[in-house]
This record gives sequence, structure tokens and C-alpha cells, in this order.
Amino acid sequence: MAVTVKIPAQLRALTGNESETQVEGGSVGEALDAVYARYEGLRDRITEDGELRRFVNVYVGGEDIRFGQGLDTPVGDGDEITILPAVAGG
Amino acid sequence: MPAEALKCKECREEYELGASYVCEHCFGPLEVSYDYSALDDPAELRRKIQAGPPSIWRYADFLPFDRRPRTGLDAGFTPLIRSERLAERLGVGEVWVKNDAANPTHSFKDRVVNVAIAKAKELGFETVACASTGNLANAVAAHAAAAGLESYVFVPADLEEQKILATGVYGTRLVAVRGNYDDVNRLCTELSGEHPWAFVNVNLRPYYAEGSKTLAFEVAEQLGFELPDHVVCPVASGSLFTKIARGFEEWLDIGILEGSLPVFHGAQAEGCSPVAQAFAEGHDICRPVRPDTIAKSLAIGNPADGVFALEVARSTEGSIDSVTDEEVVDGIRLLAETTGVFTETAGGVTTAVLAKLAERGDIGSSDRVVLYITGDGLKTLDAVRDVVSTYDVEPTLASFSETVPVSSPEAV
Repeated sequence: MAVTVKIPAQLRALTGNESETQVEGGSVGEALDAVYARYEGLRDRITEDGELRRFVNVYVGGEDIRFGQGLDTPVGDGDEITILPAVAGG
Repeated sequence: MPAEALKCKECREEYELGASYVCEHCFGPLEVSYDYSALDDPAELRRKIQAGPPSIWRYADFLPFDRRPRTGLDAGFTPLIRSERLAERLGVGEVWVKNDAANPTHSFKDRVVNVAIAKAKELGFETVACASTGNLANAVAAHAAAAGLESYVFVPADLEEQKILATGVYGTRLVAVRGNYDDVNRLCTELSGEHPWAFVNVNLRPYYAEGSKTLAFEVAEQLGFELPDHVVCPVASGSLFTKIARGFEEWLDIGILEGSLPVFHGAQAEGCSPVAQAFAEGHDICRPVRPDTIAKSLAIGNPADGVFALEVARSTEGSIDSVTDEEVVDGIRLLAETTGVFTETAGGVTTAVLAKLAERGDIGSSDRVVLYITGDGLKTLDAVRDVVSTYDVEPTLASFSETVPVSSPEAV
């Protein structure tokens, strides 16, 4: 199932300046693993010890995955996953 | 220049002083770091501050600029009022009310925007923008107008009408987003990667946040360069709370102040209390919530600086408490009736938390406390609509005496 993963500006140096990429995966974690496999160095930027770093927010269709099942949140065909820095606002 | 770099709060990686806010290595927040080693004469610094302009720029040595920038509208120098009646009511030694509603657009956000827009101009931006719960919207629209910059202001569509009108009047492009503040913030974070705009609380956030330090400097100066024992301050993103602590710390390090950091008490509304919940549960991260409170200016469910606010509260042996919407309205009335200051819902939250701390005995009869009032009651009139009533009379003495109670014996 193809999902779109949107890459934040801060990580585009690692993606050849691509702002989004299509991957296969049934959950957020699987989709992100596919993105890490495609772009070297990305995994270390946004995860630490297998967990998302604490200043990284991930959304599915605009909904924070912490309101769902975290990295186990299911995704389907056409869903959009967005990775963003958590330090904005207020 | 004392400001020397942007430094990651997580991994300490350093970056040059540009328009960036996120560490490229760990995604941690960037913060301005300073070298204050040349500021080594506290007495002279105090004299220089006191001879400075009546605005936040009297503290320019502690803000991230080479020299005082040219600005069109300046913030700060708001009253610090000693409220003996509120102190007496609560059984607290001294209550000092920092009334930051007395700023150009009636909230503390003028301070952070004053700094951010000066920095946006210095960095060559022509357009400024923000994600706002209302007070920031007012400030960005006004300061952009005064600086002659184009602006885009993004707010949740259900914002109080007063805040919508008091933003649009400055001629900004006001965007009402169908969603809550966290949705607005996410949209702006995405937009900041797509447009060459200075989002004051996204890509200029490290500078913007520095403006809040002036709420520490100003209170300390107004107390005769002394520290209070306690401060009570609202917590939304946690930035204000954290930066007030940083301001006091910097002046303690330089020697302008002596003693130790006050005890920091954070205030949230129960309907949006991710930081208070994490504090109560002993967690060091905040689980996001969906806000549901009348205190809309504090309705950030996913607070960027929540973890740092927790650190400040814990390291000073303070607290982060929450109060119900009913207590918020009681807090607004308590402050108004004892002090003559009419605050918005956020100030109701803060005052209600002070009352709770006093009742619990955490702040007592020998303590000096500063209550940070961050916005004006005229911005959230709906909150008090049901608790205020009038006596309706005909223009006759008879109608008056039939309708209006007269409590004390008349001396005519």
C-alpha cells in the first residue's frame, strides 16, 4: 500500500532536496523504516535507540500519532505521513 | 557582542546566528548563547540599565543584537503593582502583580515580537508571520505594521472575536484555520519550509523567546534589583516560564542580582494541562492533549517547551498546577476586585493557581510572590459575561431607591 511521507526542510539535504517520497508499509513504523532504507543518515536524525527523538513529531493525515498507536498506527493506501520538528509555537 | 551563536539545548551543537530553530543533528531546539565575560561591573550595568529607554531596550545588552535596533513600536516597562488587598485575602506576605496587559497590544507578546521583528528586519526578511492563540496575532500584526513589513497571521477559526478584530484592524493577512492551535502550529511549521518568511515563533523562535527574559529583568529592576521568593506564571508552550527563569539566572551569573532563583510555579487550565499532568505523574515528557478550556491563549495541547518547564519547576522545588474553568473566572474576579486589574482568562488561570498555592500553604505569610499577568481582560469578555449584572432603573430617585441596595448609612 503506497503512502506518502513528507520530509521537513531540515532533512532535505539527506533526500536530494525531495520534499516527499512514496513508500510501502502497513504502519507508520514500517513506512518510516522504508524511508530510512532509501535515504542514508535519516534514521539517526530522527530516532534514537529505535524510538522517535523527543523533539520529532509525526502526523498521519494531520493527526499526531501519539493520539493513535504511535509507530504502530496503521496507515493505508493514499495516507500522508508528515515528519516535523516539535519545537515550534507558543 | 555578547550573543555568539545558536546552540542546541539537547546536544549543544552550535550554529551561526541565522534564521534557524532546529538542530540538524538531533532536532532539538536552538537557543541563543551569550558570552557575558565582558560585562564584569554589576554596579555600572545597573546604572546603565536605569539610564536606558523606558522599554525592553534598556536590557539590550542581554538581547541578541550588536546594537539597539531601530523599531517602530516598543514593548515593556509595564507596572509592577503591590497588592496589599490580594496579599491579605490570601494570607501571603507580599503579592506583586506584574501587569503586562499594559503593553501596546495589551499582552506580554509585544515583548517577544518586538525582538523577533527587529531580528527579521536585520536578517533581511520582508514578510513576517506567526501561529497564534490570539495575543501573538495582535502583536505581530501591529509590530509588522509599524515596521512596514507584510504579515500573515494564522489563528484557530474559533478564536474570541475581540482578538480577531484587534488583529485584522492592523491590515494583516489574517488566516482563520479550521482546527485548534496545534493544527495551526503544524500548518505554520510546514509553511515555514516552503516560504521565505520570518515566522516569529517557528524559524525565528530562538530570538523571539529571548524577549521573555525581559519579564525577569524588569521585575528584578522594579524590586530594586532584588529577587522575589516565588513567581507564578502561566504555561502554554512553556517558553515564557522557562525564559523568565533564564533571565534571572543570567543576572545572577553576571552579578547584577544576588541570591538564588525564585521558586517557579506554573499555571495551566485543567482543560489543557499537559505540563501539569506530566508534573503530577513524575514524567519528564508531556503527552499531548486536545484542548478544551475557556483559557484559549493557553490552549496549546502539544507544548514545545513543556520538558524545559518541567525542569524549571522541579529544579526550583516549585510546581505546575491546573485549575478548572470555573476557578479561572473566580481568578479573574479575585484579581479585579482586590487589585483593580482586569485580566484575560490566562491571568485568571494564574491568579487562581496563586490562590490554590496559598490555600495549600506552599506560599505563606513570610513570602514575596510575583504574579505574572500576561493579557488584558477586554480580550476575553465572554468569560465574565454571566457573572456581571446591572441594576436597571428609570431616571428617578424613586426607581433608584426601589431597585439599588444601599449598604451604608447615608451622610448627606
